[in-house]
Amino acid sequence: MSRPTKPKPAAKKVSKKATPPAGKPPFGKILVANRGEIACRVIRSCKRLGIATVAVYSDADAEALHVREADEAVRLGPAPSAESYLRIDAVLKACRETGAEAVHPGYGFLSENAAFAEALAKAGIVFIGPNAGAVQAMGDKIESKKLAQKAGVTMVPGHLVALKDADEAVKISRQVGYPVMLKASAGGGGKGMRLAYDDAEAREGFRSATNEARTAFGDDRVFVEKFIEQPRHIEIQVLGDKHGNVIHLGERECSIQRRHQKVIEEAPSPFLDAKTRAAMGAQAVALAKAVNYDSAGTVEFIVDARRKFYFLEMNTRLQVEHPVTEMVTGLDLVELMIRVAAGENLPLSQKDVKLSGWAVEARVYAEDPLRNFLPSIGRLTRYGAPAGEGVRVDTGVYEGGEISMFYDPMIAKLVGAGRTREQAADRLADALDAFEIRGLNHNISFLAAIATHKRFRAGNLTTGFIAEEFPEGFKGATPDGEARTALIVAAAIVQRRQAETEASVSGQLPGHEARVPSDLVVRISGLGDKPEDHSVALTWTDQGSYALRIGSKTIAVTSDWRTGDRVLRATLDKRAVTVQVERDNGGWRLFHRGVLARALAARPRVAALAALMPVKKPPDTSKFLLSPMPGLLKSIAVKEGQDVKAGEEIAVVEAMKMENILRAPRDGRIVRHHAAAGDSLAVDQKILEFG
Amino acid sequence: MQDILKQLNDKRARARVGGGAKRVEGQHAKGKLTARERIEVLLDEGSFEEWDMFVEHRSTDFGMAEQKVPGDGVVTGWGTINGRVVFVFSQDFTVFGGSLSEPHAEKICKIMDQAMKVGAPVIGLNDSGGARIQEGVASLAGYADVFQRNVLASGVIPQISVIMGPCAGGAVYSPAMTDFIFMVKDSSYMFVTGPDVVKTVTHETVTHEELGGAITHTAKSGVADLAFENDVEALLQTRRFFDFLPESNRVKPPVRPTQDSPDRLSPSLDTLIPANPNKPYDMKELILKVVDDADFFEVAPAFAGNIIVGFARIEGSTVGIVANQPMVLAGCLDIDSARKAARFVRFCDCFNIPIVTFVDVPGFLPGTAQEYGAIIKHGAKLLFAYAEATVPKVTVITRKAYGGAYDVMSSKHLRGDVNYAWPTAEIAVMGPKGAVEIIFRAEAGDARKLEAKTEEYRQKFANPFVAASRGFLDDVILPSATRPRIARSLAMLREKKLENPWKRHANIPL
Repeated sequence: MSRPTKPKPAAKKVSKKATPPAGKPPFGKILVANRGEIACRVIRSCKRLGIATVAVYSDADAEALHVREADEAVRLGPAPSAESYLRIDAVLKACRETGAEAVHPGYGFLSENAAFAEALAKAGIVFIGPNAGAVQAMGDKIESKKLAQKAGVTMVPGHLVALKDADEAVKISRQVGYPVMLKASAGGGGKGMRLAYDDAEAREGFRSATNEARTAFGDDRVFVEKFIEQPRHIEIQVLGDKHGNVIHLGERECSIQRRHQKVIEEAPSPFLDAKTRAAMGAQAVALAKAVNYDSAGTVEFIVDARRKFYFLEMNTRLQVEHPVTEMVTGLDLVELMIRVAAGENLPLSQKDVKLSGWAVEARVYAEDPLRNFLPSIGRLTRYGAPAGEGVRVDTGVYEGGEISMFYDPMIAKLVGAGRTREQAADRLADALDAFEIRGLNHNISFLAAIATHKRFRAGNLTTGFIAEEFPEGFKGATPDGEARTALIVAAAIVQRRQAETEASVSGQLPGHEARVPSDLVVRISGLGDKPEDHSVALTWTDQGSYALRIGSKTIAVTSDWRTGDRVLRATLDKRAVTVQVERDNGGWRLFHRGVLARALAARPRVAALAALMPVKKPPDTSKFLLSPMPGLLKSIAVKEGQDVKAGEEIAVVEAMKMENILRAPRDGRIVRHHAAAGDSLAVDQKILEFG
Repeated sequence: MQDILKQLNDKRARARVGGGAKRVEGQHAKGKLTARERIEVLLDEGSFEEWDMFVEHRSTDFGMAEQKVPGDGVVTGWGTINGRVVFVFSQDFTVFGGSLSEPHAEKICKIMDQAMKVGAPVIGLNDSGGARIQEGVASLAGYADVFQRNVLASGVIPQISVIMGPCAGGAVYSPAMTDFIFMVKDSSYMFVTGPDVVKTVTHETVTHEELGGAITHTAKSGVADLAFENDVEALLQTRRFFDFLPESNRVKPPVRPTQDSPDRLSPSLDTLIPANPNKPYDMKELILKVVDDADFFEVAPAFAGNIIVGFARIEGSTVGIVANQPMVLAGCLDIDSARKAARFVRFCDCFNIPIVTFVDVPGFLPGTAQEYGAIIKHGAKLLFAYAEATVPKVTVITRKAYGGAYDVMSSKHLRGDVNYAWPTAEIAVMGPKGAVEIIFRAEAGDARKLEAKTEEYRQKFANPFVAASRGFLDDVILPSATRPRIARSLAMLREKKLENPWKRHANIPL
């Protein structure tokens, strides 16, 4: 894992229990009308079923993993989605050229586009998804609510009519009772949603939701509904066939969200009891039946603190977070979608659905959690996905691949599964420790902070989890006792091994060769406010392990780490830990449990002298606009002395021929330019100074 | 007998306190370690043998006869770094401000002479107020004695200077003639004339730090190679640096066994070169993926970033890496980058260190600033250095190798031993667009035709096969196989013998 490997996806076990391919495959050839991890995911199931695959790609994806994995690949068009992945005509042409019998749309792009489903039907190509009627019915927020209501699904109190104007928004908000949520009818993904606690906010919310809906969806209808406090987001996976059979596969809880984007998902939910699960499942199945649902779909509910649940919406596609359901049901949802699309009967009935164990998924994104989750793009100079028991990685990238600005910057979905929730979460946290990503910023530290968070571990979730636990934004993870020990031990072990390597150099004075010190002081910063010194005495034992004495504790440590490895795997008194390590100015940078620590491990005398060194304050960069990437400064839109509002465009950095707009992180006055248009910028180089 | 032994201990103890507890405290308050503390960090534990601990000055003027401190402001001797011999002098700022007296200089000369005899490097830790003014010309003579030895030792044993405090006036010229200069941020500075004199003569107001601090010299002047945060970091990194260097020009560079297989492929290098020829990429990624354990010690990273130089190991043996950096000024050659790389190439050639060159160079930087600044002479330095070098030379052209810069960058024509290119290489007199504009000047108005001709030129020359067909390249290789191919080449070249014609010395354009 520490060595560059061939660019292929890490071991992905979908399920041992998945239906083995029996007889003739349902289709001869399937075109996957998507990109990234989901395209790779679909291709994987097709391969197992003996179905030939066709990938489609834009110019930005010519070298992408899904293109490499598929049997054939067809170019759709230029990089922007509107000119490639969203072009129905181009996808149809690709189908005709390659003779694909069916199309799997993945999620996003054309997956819930009724026009696409119809166009395929007209061309005699099977759409691996629900019938166009169901897509259409559920695609409209207002229509879907009416249908759900008719099917006996519990609804959030609200008014399912598009609002005419701001006055009506206020009137109806009052009727429903504050707080209320103003929502775009065509909405999704958190766009076009505004929370209002009073008339003024309702008025403003109506305006902004309408505007956002118009630009995002080309449909500015907005309605109002009751806002549920302390809500949890819990959704039911349903599955239907063309013969009227519909079952549900239990729930997923996706309450950990940041700005309505899911961050961590799990199955089952730590909150539901069997009775609630059955009731929610029954309603979801009833709704699916009401629209003759004949594929995999998801009915989303909002659940309040008393386990009362309300219908949110139905997604007529495979969800991003479907792997957690697969891990606890042992089913392959993609395979089942393909089979029912081919007209097969569902191979199982409700009573055959057995949930066992737990699975927790984290979405690994190219974004910088320390900089308000600013998206990051660029080349993955190092990429090493974790593997191991109970670890599943769904990815669409490889080392040397690129995360481009054109699409969702997701790097991978990482699932930890186990017998219990605790084991699943532990495996996820361990896998995050081992996930090596270099070349761009990523959110592993944030995910690790959540995966090890006390409140998360207690299962005490709401959709407000992130906002409540990280009110100031994410400032870095805080290590617990075990993590602290792991970091100190890691520093001592790598220093010892490094010293052994250094002592093996040729040309030494015979008889006076270098000795490897066994007493070290680990001077570590990043654990708290101040650097800490920890004395460590290392002894090599005849059991093939080091005995490390730290203070009064002695820990038996084994590790196969050697110079140059970037991931240290060790057991500390039989507890397995993984720490990422990098040399850094005579010391080490260590990454574990989301904590980035810097350590100097040295002879006690050297450490004592190091303690005399002045602590230099890092330059205060909060006053500066820093370049988030290396690139060329194209323009600065503000003058010295000018006042700017947060969010206002202030500079454009061209990186790799792309123009990246930098916006004011806060209100303030520009006091100084530190760079001029035409300058080439390094990462973190100052561009502007705020007053 | 016991008394006599005790006397020795007492004398040693007196020498070890240097300028006394108060001055030591002052040194610490400035964030600096003392001369002996620095040696403790630099050398293997307990390996330092101090010489001339009891040397005292002999001057009597200005009341100096009453002020004598054993050691006289410099600690000298030898020890080991990871078991390999090194001679060290460390100026003691707590004793007469580290000022250089005649005996102070004699002590330095003594260890330099010994280092030359045994063939071991010298590391100087500089922290000195300058000449011992009370001694007058005797002090100046001391400097010159050191200078002379620096010059004679140059190319025979590696010499490293670590500037850890003031280094001003004539004193700067000893470090200036050593192979590498490291500095400590905020506590060291080097200049020929200080801020006061500058103010008097040119009316410029400038701080010590601005005039000659670590940042100034590593980023602006290029005088120093590396800047470190503090003494400990500087010394630990000097240890790491030392491990790459041979003891002298009489031996091969050291070998440090590695687990990193020479056969290791790096598939991700196959996607390193962007599809768009004008898009930069980071050459350091290539270096890190080719060398052992991704361990690359870059020299002068803050100066002339358009060229990368530094040390690494392949199959455990030290190599010098020189590489154009497309991320900075498109990787072109200019005055600064040519100077920087030329000196590095010559160091490698002095000390039997094979040179691996990665080429992506669009040419020389145009402009009056460059021409008036004598790019002709400075560019010639790099050309001269490569042409003169007799150590193994392995070159890989990754993308552009245009014009005279192609010749300069360790080309086959300059006795390159093994010259490879990636399939993405473009070896030509210039880029397709520029070339067509000249060849078809008459058709300048016909955009369509020019475009067609540009494409034709691109087809013809924007590839490595024209050069390969003439034998200017030994092979075209897969990027992913770069490490194995370089490793095999270097193994084959290990016993290379090549000598330049006898001469008193060459006359490199200076």
